[in-house]
Amino acid sequence: MPVVVLKDVKKSFGSLQVLRGVSFSVDKGDVVALIGASGSGKSTALRCIDRLETIDSGTIDVCGYSVSDPNLDLRRLRLDVGIVFQSYNLFPHLTVEENITLAPRSVKRMQKAEASEIAREVLAQVGLSDKADNYPEQLSGGQQQRAAIARSLAMQPKVMLFDEVTSALDPKLTGEVLKVIETLAASGMTMIMVTHEMAFARRVADQVVYMHQGRVHEAGAASILTHPTTAELSEFISNDL
Amino acid sequence: MARVLEMKLDFTAILARWQMLLDGMALTIQLAVITILTGFLIGTACAIARRSKFRLPATIAAVYVELIRNTPFLVQIFVVYFGLSSLGFKFTAVTVAIIALTINVGAYTAEIMRAGFDSIHRGQWEAAECLGLTRVQAYWHVALLPAMERIYPSLTSQFILLMLASSITSQISVEELTAAANFIQSETYRPLETYIVIAIIYLALSLALRLAFWLLGMLIFPRRRRLGTNL
Ligand SMILES: Nc1ncnc2c1ncn2[C@@H]1O[C@H](COP(=O)(O)OP(=O)(O)OP(=O)(O)O)[C@@H](O)[C@H]1O
Ligand SMILES: [Mg+2]
Repeated sequence: MPVVVLKDVKKSFGSLQVLRGVSFSVDKGDVVALIGASGSGKSTALRCIDRLETIDSGTIDVCGYSVSDPNLDLRRLRLDVGIVFQSYNLFPHLTVEENITLAPRSVKRMQKAEASEIAREVLAQVGLSDKADNYPEQLSGGQQQRAAIARSLAMQPKVMLFDEVTSALDPKLTGEVLKVIETLAASGMTMIMVTHEMAFARRVADQVVYMHQGRVHEAGAASILTHPTTAELSEFISNDL
Repeated sequence: MARVLEMKLDFTAILARWQMLLDGMALTIQLAVITILTGFLIGTACAIARRSKFRLPATIAAVYVELIRNTPFLVQIFVVYFGLSSLGFKFTAVTVAIIALTINVGAYTAEIMRAGFDSIHRGQWEAAECLGLTRVQAYWHVALLPAMERIYPSLTSQFILLMLASSITSQISVEELTAAANFIQSETYRPLETYIVIAIIYLALSLALRLAFWLLGMLIFPRRRRLGTNL
């Protein structure tokens, strides 16, 4: 049973058509790596899945919700979908623990003690148990990104979306964030990750979706990264080396 | 030159009326504290309304803000004063003053708060939205404090201006500090000395208010306190 299904999704910003009919689906527990050149529409596709952008035509289904339905209860969709951005977006005036407990408390109406317990769990999961009382600006980029992942996980989503979460980090910090994502993948989380880390995609992804000029140009198992069939993917990969 | 040297300042008659000065000061402080609170609430509500994607509240807030910011306070206070009484309301002068000051400072606060909310990065709003927070919750939990932190100096100045502007309410015979001065100088025939004393009192009140806001800032921005950054 697929958890996320995109069918012929089209999306324009003004006269610029960014998505020109994107289709792919993600099964429960699968890890999908969304790759492609800059401007190919990866972020836009990801944002459409969480209804941060509305689509012009086509359909998107996520966890049984029809995302393109204008009457959709967005807050219910977002209980099931977690999203992490390149720029962390932690709340600067709240401690790491307060960042994490905010949504469980105000959206799920959890008691403080229960929310703190969840915060402890997710912080342990991302290896930040000792940073609960720190403010975001006291953390390194890699730690901030892991805290942002923990904040999403605290809502116990069914799908996680990652948009180039390591692009702002240097190689050492990238490694520690990727390790967290890899553990999450191993635990059976359904994930779609936009990434430029080809080695990581090859190792972790069950499915690779290569986008080119607003379309899915090639998709398949991670092996397409070593044996691409289209010239464009082949060139994209060789540029990356 | 010679005349200046001859000029003698005599404060005894004025300082003898300290009770009157004290009462005026108390009312000035009272007016300031109350209208800082009411003005902040109205200003914040209008800032949110003006940023709303709904046309009606946005337009109402915009009209209110521009109307107030483009007319003199003295005129506003007379409109409120005569307006309320022609509608049959029998409010005391102090109540009318509180209403007029609130309306006035609310409009200026709205613009300051709006700038604060506008300065919150789009990513913060999106993060709140993606976590399932409602718009109201995003304002309350995510935007309010960082916005206030950024515009806190302007807000402080605005509220000090408000306290000083409350002197205009003496025009509708509110017996605050300036009204006390007007009365004292007419009794003592020592206008210069009277207004020098009053100016010093206003100065002291302004400094005290500034200190109070600094202390309040330490309280509501704990991150600033912990990390030792200045406002
Ligand atoms: N809100 C927007 N308004 C107008 N144009 C936009 C908007 N968001 C994205 N675009 C444009 O859509 C195109 C695709 O953008 P998108 O961010 O999806 O690409 P991407 O594949 O994620 O690229 P990158 O690897 O650089 O992140 C780009 O040309 C971009 O300028
Ligand atoms: Mg992108």
